[in-house]
Amino acid sequence: MHPAFSVVFFTTATGAGYGLLALLGVLGGLQIVPADFWLGLVGLGLALGLIAAGLLSSTGHLGRPERGWRAFSQWRSSWLSREGVASVITFIPAGLFGLGWVFFGRTEGWVAIAGLLAAIGAIVTVCTTGMIYASLKPIAQWHSRYTLPAYLIFAAMTGSVLLNALLQGFGIGSTGVLVLSLLATLAGWGWKLATWRHNDRLEIPTTANTATGLAGGTVRSLEWPHTEENYLLKEMGFRIARKHSAKLRMLAQALAFALPVLLIAATFALPWPYAAVPSVLAAIVQFAGMLVERWLFFAEAKHTVTLYYGR
Amino acid sequence: MTCLPAHSDKKLGLVIDLDTCVGCQACVTACKEWNTGGHMAPLTDIDPYGGHVDGVWFNRVHSYEHTTEMGGRTVNFPRSCLHCETPACVTVCPTGASYKRVSDGIVLIDEDKCIGCKLCSWACPYGAREFDTDVGVMKKCTLCVDRIYNDNLAEEDRVPACVAACPTSARHFGDLGDPQSAVSQLVAERGGVDLMPELGYHPTNKYLPPRAHTQRAASVPAKALEPVRAEGGFLGWVDRMLSN
Repeated sequence: MHPAFSVVFFTTATGAGYGLLALLGVLGGLQIVPADFWLGLVGLGLALGLIAAGLLSSTGHLGRPERGWRAFSQWRSSWLSREGVASVITFIPAGLFGLGWVFFGRTEGWVAIAGLLAAIGAIVTVCTTGMIYASLKPIAQWHSRYTLPAYLIFAAMTGSVLLNALLQGFGIGSTGVLVLSLLATLAGWGWKLATWRHNDRLEIPTTANTATGLAGGTVRSLEWPHTEENYLLKEMGFRIARKHSAKLRMLAQALAFALPVLLIAATFALPWPYAAVPSVLAAIVQFAGMLVERWLFFAEAKHTVTLYYGR
Repeated sequence: MTCLPAHSDKKLGLVIDLDTCVGCQACVTACKEWNTGGHMAPLTDIDPYGGHVDGVWFNRVHSYEHTTEMGGRTVNFPRSCLHCETPACVTVCPTGASYKRVSDGIVLIDEDKCIGCKLCSWACPYGAREFDTDVGVMKKCTLCVDRIYNDNLAEEDRVPACVAACPTSARHFGDLGDPQSAVSQLVAERGGVDLMPELGYHPTNKYLPPRAHTQRAASVPAKALEPVRAEGGFLGWVDRMLSN
C-alpha cells in the first residue's frame, strides 16, 4: 500500500496525542499526578495539538476536503466515520478537563469526571482507527488480530513516554510513570516483533488462481491491460519498501524502541534537571521511529489487487 | 446510506466467458466511450498522448498464461466491478456516497457526496474502483445504469455497453437472482465461479472457466523445425549460398 505521508503522520500523531490525553485524564483525574499549571497547559496543549494536527493532516489526502463534514454521517457501518465522530466527541470532555485544570487549577470533582471521560473517548478513538485497518479483508497484513492491539499499545507507549518527558521536564518526575513508559516501550517492541514474525509466515489463501477463477496449475500474468502504472498500481502496488524492509525494520526498532529504552533507563540514574534531557530525547526519537514503523505498516502491506498484475 | 440492503429484488450482473474472450479490448473501449458521457462522466484521461498516460477505466482486460498438467493456454480476463452482495466498499464509505440499490443490486457512487478518501478502493479486493485525480472523487462501473433502463434506446440495446460491443458473445447480462434467467442457466450449465470466494464478498458477476482441453484434437504430423548447425566444406558453402 502506498504510504501517503499525511496518513502516516496522522496515525502516529493522533496515537501519541490520544495516549497522552488518556494518561493525563486518568492520572490527573485520580490525583496521581499533581494539578500543576504548567503540566496541564503544556501537557494538554501538546496532546490536543498532536490530535488536531493529525486530524488536519488526514484531510490532506482527500480529493474533496471541503465535503469532509459528510464523513460524520455513516457511523452505523463505517469505522472511518466512527473515528471522525469519536474524535470530535472526545474534544468535549477533553476541553472541559483542560479548562478545569488550567484555568481553575483543580483536577477533582467534575474536572476528574471530564478527565476520565476524555480518557474513554481517547481509547475509543484509537480503537476506531485500528479497526479501519483491521477490517480490510483484501490486505492480509492488516486484517489480523495484531492490528487493533498494536494501535492501542503504541498509543499507550508514545503517550507514556511523552508524559514522562513532561513530568521530568517540570521537575515533578514520577517513578511510576517512568516505569510505565519503560514497560510500555518494551511491550511495543515485543508486539511489533511478533507482528512481523506473523506477517512473514503468513499463508494467504487468496492467490492468482482464486483471483481469476482459474483452478489448478499456475496463473502467470502475460500482459497488463495498460502500459503505464494506473491508480491501482500507484495506490496499492507500492513496492519500494519491500526492497529495503530489513534495513527499515532495524531503523524503526532502533529509534522507536531500543534508544528510548536506553534513554529511559538513563533517566533512572540521573537527578533533576539532568534527568529531563534523556526523557525528552526519548520522546523525540521514539516519535521519529514510529513514523518509520507506520511507513512500513503501509508499505509492507500487500493488497489482493496486485495479484491481477502478477506482483 | 452505507448499510447494505437485506436483499435486493433483482441481482443484475454480468457473466463473463473466459473460454470465448479473445482479448480484443472492444468491451474496454465501448465502456470508456459510453461512460465518459454517462452517469459517472467524465472518465478523465491524464496526459493521454504523453509518456505517462493515466486515466479512469471501469473495465480492464488482462491476459494470463494458465498452465496445468493438461498443458498451457492463454486466458484473456476482463476485470470490472462485480456488484457484490456484501460489498465492503459500500460499508466502509464514511459519507454515504457509496450505496447498493435495493431494486437491482447495482453498486453506485453519488459523486456529489464523495470526499475522495479512497478507503472504498482499499476495501475492494478486485480493484474495481479507480480514483479520478482531476475531479477528486472515486469512480466505478455503473453496470450502464443509464443504458439498461433507457427508453430512448431500442430494446436490444438496453444492455451494458461492454455486452453490446463483445464480438464473441463472451459477455452476458441479466438477473442472477432469478434461477430461471438465461444467465443463471448459463452459469449452472458451465460451472460459473465467483472470484476470490474465500474473502466472502459474494460477487454477483460470475466467470465461466475455459472448457476442458479436448483429447480429440488433431495431432500435428510434421516435426517441429530444428536449427541446422553450420557446417564447413562444400556442404557448408552450399548452405551459405542457398541461405542468401
